[in-house]
Amino acid sequence: MPAKSTALRDRLTPGAQAPARTSAGLPPLIRHLLLALAALAVIVGLTFVVDPFTNVRLATVGYYLIAVAGLTLLTGFNGQVSLGHGAFMFIGAYTVALLVLHVPSLPFWADLLLAAAASGVAGTLAGAAAARLHGPYLAGATLALAVGLPAVTQRFPDLLGGSNGLAFTVNSRPAALAGTIPTPQWQAWVVWTTVLLALVVLANLTRSRFGRTLRAVRDDEVSAELAGIHIGRTKILAFVLSAICGGLAGGLQAFLLGTAAPGSFTPVLSLSLLAAMVLGGIGSMWGALWGALALVYFQAWSEDLTHALDLGTDIANNLPLAVYGVVLIVVVLAFPQGIQGGVRALRTRLSRLRRTEEGSR
Amino acid sequence: MNRTTVVAATLAAALTLASCSGAGEQQTGDTADAGAAPGVTDTSVLIGTHQPLTGPAAPGYSRISVGARAMFDYINENGGVNGRKIEYRVEDDGYNPTRTVEVVKKLVLQDQVFALLGGLGTPTHSKVIEFLNTEKVPDLLVSSGALMWDDPAKSPMTFGYQVDYTREGKIQGDWIKKNLAGKKVGLMYQNDDVGRDSQKGLDQFIADQVVARQGYDPANTDVVPQISTLRDAGAEVIVCSCVPAFTALSILNSAKLGYRAQFVVSSIGADPATLTGLLQEFGKRGGTEVSAPQLLNGLVGTGYLPDVSRADDPWIKLLREVHQKYIPNEQLTNTVIFGMVQAFTFAQALKAAGRDLTRQKLVDAMSSGALEGPGLTPFGYTRQSHSGYTGAFVFKINPDTTTTEIQPPMVTDRESGPITPANLQRKTPQEINLFGGTS
Repeated sequence: MPAKSTALRDRLTPGAQAPARTSAGLPPLIRHLLLALAALAVIVGLTFVVDPFTNVRLATVGYYLIAVAGLTLLTGFNGQVSLGHGAFMFIGAYTVALLVLHVPSLPFWADLLLAAAASGVAGTLAGAAAARLHGPYLAGATLALAVGLPAVTQRFPDLLGGSNGLAFTVNSRPAALAGTIPTPQWQAWVVWTTVLLALVVLANLTRSRFGRTLRAVRDDEVSAELAGIHIGRTKILAFVLSAICGGLAGGLQAFLLGTAAPGSFTPVLSLSLLAAMVLGGIGSMWGALWGALALVYFQAWSEDLTHALDLGTDIANNLPLAVYGVVLIVVVLAFPQGIQGGVRALRTRLSRLRRTEEGSR
Repeated sequence: MNRTTVVAATLAAALTLASCSGAGEQQTGDTADAGAAPGVTDTSVLIGTHQPLTGPAAPGYSRISVGARAMFDYINENGGVNGRKIEYRVEDDGYNPTRTVEVVKKLVLQDQVFALLGGLGTPTHSKVIEFLNTEKVPDLLVSSGALMWDDPAKSPMTFGYQVDYTREGKIQGDWIKKNLAGKKVGLMYQNDDVGRDSQKGLDQFIADQVVARQGYDPANTDVVPQISTLRDAGAEVIVCSCVPAFTALSILNSAKLGYRAQFVVSSIGADPATLTGLLQEFGKRGGTEVSAPQLLNGLVGTGYLPDVSRADDPWIKLLREVHQKYIPNEQLTNTVIFGMVQAFTFAQALKAAGRDLTRQKLVDAMSSGALEGPGLTPFGYTRQSHSGYTGAFVFKINPDTTTTEIQPPMVTDRESGPITPANLQRKTPQEINLFGGTS
């Protein structure tokens, strides 16, 4: 029986096998940095060939990616379910908005850092409460956060703009680039640089001792505690990190769209992020990329489809969500590990194929 | 190939795949030019809008674009404007400002629309006004009465459409002061510029009558606390600066509490047909059969467009024809008419801009002051003012949900100027002659 359960766990937690395959021989930090640089180069190159709106979409994928990655760390690696991730995006967006409006002299990177810090503080408080809760209670508490927090804007309409929210423009582009690099392109660079830096940090953390601690707590709290792991502290730390990612995502969204309004941070956003994580694959940071792509592009494609088919408004309104739901169900049925699970299965099959080919030679 | 390159290649491939939908030229940027004419061909002109087809403001407002589309179908079938058919692209933003920014960027950067028409909502449209003006996209007939659309110095491309909330508030306040003198008034308002701008007008007349002020958030449909507070403060009149869904919710919840007050509702939420539908729907959801005509009887509202029930009005005749021909299965409400009038007014401006079309010419046509629509008060468009309709009439809903005008159209300004009769000599559709002649 133990053998079987270990096998099952290995299947459910593919991340656990990853450290064994550090192939390139470089230390993880260097490898991740190189990877991030390569990705950034690809993205910067891409921003030159695509049209301006695709640059906006690229940047959108970026901020969703970091939000979903934070959720992956929390849920996938640490086993805490959060239905309130949108609340941290709310905090990040409003922090950036308030700073841009009231402290315009501050450079944008400082706004972003402060947004991350603000949501980190909120995450500490929420995490401290969350560490005492399990399963449905935790889910309920985090959902309450997503429902309740945006209502703060109603209490302080003068500061936070009420239902109207805040509108502003972030001028972060160096003067030297003005006139040569269009705004959407510059925005895509800023978003992806931030996101990739954050991902490098996340990737290193999850590969490190801390990552093993996270997984140990997720898999079995009792044995983790016996092994000397401080459960509460680990859970809170996971919460803080994921909140910081959420805050960064919200701050980047505010940067990109020039707005922070309560209507953008409904519980639906939190649930969409969760769904994107499941769709992409819970156990791996790569899943977050697929999830973010799905979040942005399924919506866009199904809208294009409704335009092309000239459907009635009632159908057109619900089609994007319906398509998303169907895709989610199909993917999860086919690959319980989400899209990344499918990618991994494909890779395994390819390498097995290659091995048999080599064997037959 | 080591793993790093494999991974990077995958990422690159994924992103390329994801972005292939829009690879192309790169012409928009920081050098936007009002002399350009994207979206215009010899035979067509593409315009776009953002509307709440879903979400909290969708009940009622989702029908506006249906009306506008019907009017464009009618115009296109008659040869279009200056030989160009109007293509009208509607994007759903769910009344969510984030989505508004996304869909408007899509309309401008990807679809390359020539102009934006009737973008709906204060919380939503306020987030794109700067973008549209930077990109020099004509932003015409915004579907909101907030004051911020009328700022030609800062937003030269943006033009209002509705009577602004302050003007409307002044006319309402003046009417209440004269006709409901001494009554205690409770204010129920959307907690954003709708509420702020309305109170700026109302308070000029009835600040001393107001006993309670309650805001609502469009994301929260529970208005029992607000209505209870107004009741406990003893308000005999409720002034509702609310969208249709929240007018209906306020009426329904007062009825549930056994609280009878005289409702005075802004034009944005006082369409009897839309309210009837909403009351029945919300009632059904709450498990009760409600008599909408009974609940609406005696409600006072303000408006600036001819009411759908004025069968003898030449404009209503035209709009009914268009309705019959293009959207016979859609109920003809004042909300549908709002969209039709908006489309017609846009077509007028497009005609005045001439065959040799540019964005700047369209904006010039808007500010020429020559636009005369079906409205019962004049537009405020000049070079110095981008204000839409400049006043309103007051009406009462009859027991059969038709309406009766109880104060003729009055005009006023957005400051503290006087309220005077509009005395508008309205042109008929024939006199405007959209399809004849060339300009």
